[in-house]
Amino acid sequence: MEIPRHWRLKQQRYSLVGEVCPHCDNKIFPPRDVCPNCGGEAKELYTFSGKGEVYSFTTIYEAPSGFDANAPYTVALVKLEEGPMVTAQLTDLDNAPVEIGMPVEMVTRKMRNDGDERGIIVYGYKFRLRK
Amino acid sequence: MTEVVIAGIGQTEVGEHWDIGLRDLAYAAIHDAIEDSGGLKPQSLFVGNMLAPNLSNQAHLGVLIADFAGLLGIEAVTVEAAGASGGAALRQGYLAVKSGLVDVALVVGVEKFTDKVGAGVDAALATTSDSDFEAVQGLTLAGQAALLMKRYMHEYQVPADGFAGFALTAHANGANNPCAMFRKAIKLETYTKAEMVSDPLNMFDIAPNADGAAAVVLTRRDVLPKDFAHPLVKIAGSAAASDTLALHDRKDMLYFDTAQLSAGKAMKQAGIILDQVNFFEYHDMFSIYAALQLEAVGFAIKGKGWKLAADGEIRLKGRIPCATMGGLKARGFAGGATGVYQAVEAAAQLRGQAGANQIAGAKYGLIQSMGGPASTVVSHVLQGLN
Ligand SMILES: [Zn+2]
Repeated sequence: MEIPRHWRLKQQRYSLVGEVCPHCDNKIFPPRDVCPNCGGEAKELYTFSGKGEVYSFTTIYEAPSGFDANAPYTVALVKLEEGPMVTAQLTDLDNAPVEIGMPVEMVTRKMRNDGDERGIIVYGYKFRLRK
Repeated sequence: MTEVVIAGIGQTEVGEHWDIGLRDLAYAAIHDAIEDSGGLKPQSLFVGNMLAPNLSNQAHLGVLIADFAGLLGIEAVTVEAAGASGGAALRQGYLAVKSGLVDVALVVGVEKFTDKVGAGVDAALATTSDSDFEAVQGLTLAGQAALLMKRYMHEYQVPADGFAGFALTAHANGANNPCAMFRKAIKLETYTKAEMVSDPLNMFDIAPNADGAAAVVLTRRDVLPKDFAHPLVKIAGSAAASDTLALHDRKDMLYFDTAQLSAGKAMKQAGIILDQVNFFEYHDMFSIYAALQLEAVGFAIKGKGWKLAADGEIRLKGRIPCATMGGLKARGFAGGATGVYQAVEAAAQLRGQAGANQIAGAKYGLIQSMGGPASTVVSHVLQGLN
């Protein structure tokens, strides 16, 4: 199920590869080919540092199918140092309290099982607290 | 200028209709709307639906419903814009009649949530967010709203029960709506003790997913006889706007730009200012959405939308009555039918047929149909003509 789709996104999922706008230097993630800042064409790849801070977060108790085995889990909006915001799970929390403004860094983790049958496992970015 | 009027309205009860299928539900609302219009013959059918291909494994609803309703031969298409599908379908019907190319347009919104149950419904709903960058992280729509609410409460120091006013108002109003899913007022205690779904969002911050269908028949005013059976309601303004699909791509996620843009345009077309709006039907799929719509449209300043509800200003006798028939929270969230329910309820208000919930002397109603966290907003101003 959906193997080409996850394969196509592997650079984003594994290494936070986005884009930088050659016209206004705006950093873009996820990649999109029109810069949301200046409207110019942006196709130059840019790898993000993976460092950022928690802008908001929530705990999901009622998970959608594919994620139920991991519930409850914490999802955050992470503001990356370079500017863009990403939606990602927080991981390795060990019951540590999460707060808005906490520094976090990107790690690669298992995200979901895509279906049960021949279920591929999707890996991608999550964030953990940065000491 | 062509005046587009709502000549007929129809709606089913919102609820868990295990024994009624998608097509039957749609037809029930269509039947009532056409009868209410005095038997007008539609030339076009616009179906508002959010998730039938996913929930019911059924696409091509335009034809499915035209066929089932005995309307074959006419133009029939589906309009999809997530939670705003109903409002978007209404706008297509409006544009068709306004253009002069169609004399009578039928708009039906329909959703059949109970064809699927449990985690499958959450997964289906999540397809309306950014699949590659939001849903893949296990984010649900409730989770997305919770992220907004958490940040909002943080920035504006909102107390834990700050949003209770939305659920209290909705349930009080739903009590008098025979088509509402929940017809019982609730106490503050019910809200404060409710189970947490996605912190800080609790059960009572979330509208229930349910089955339902609503329909309106639109036509030009000059097509109708002078002695038409009931007061007419005009669509005085109609506008839609789009914002980023993903919440994380917003410049300022705590301001619903599209709610402001589309409402502003619709009011300008209607030739009215905000003070002339007698009631507001917002898209309270989550209470935080209602607060942000109140702020974007201009009923409250930024950060104070929740206060309007807390102070009782959105009740039937308040400064700006909202969710007058229960809103999404108490009437129920029937997906793509929602925007059409809003039109039916607003039309009833403007005809003076809203029963115990009648807003005395209501002349203008603003309705907003919303997909995602204001990724799509469709606004209509309805005007009572009699
Ligand atoms: Zn740029």
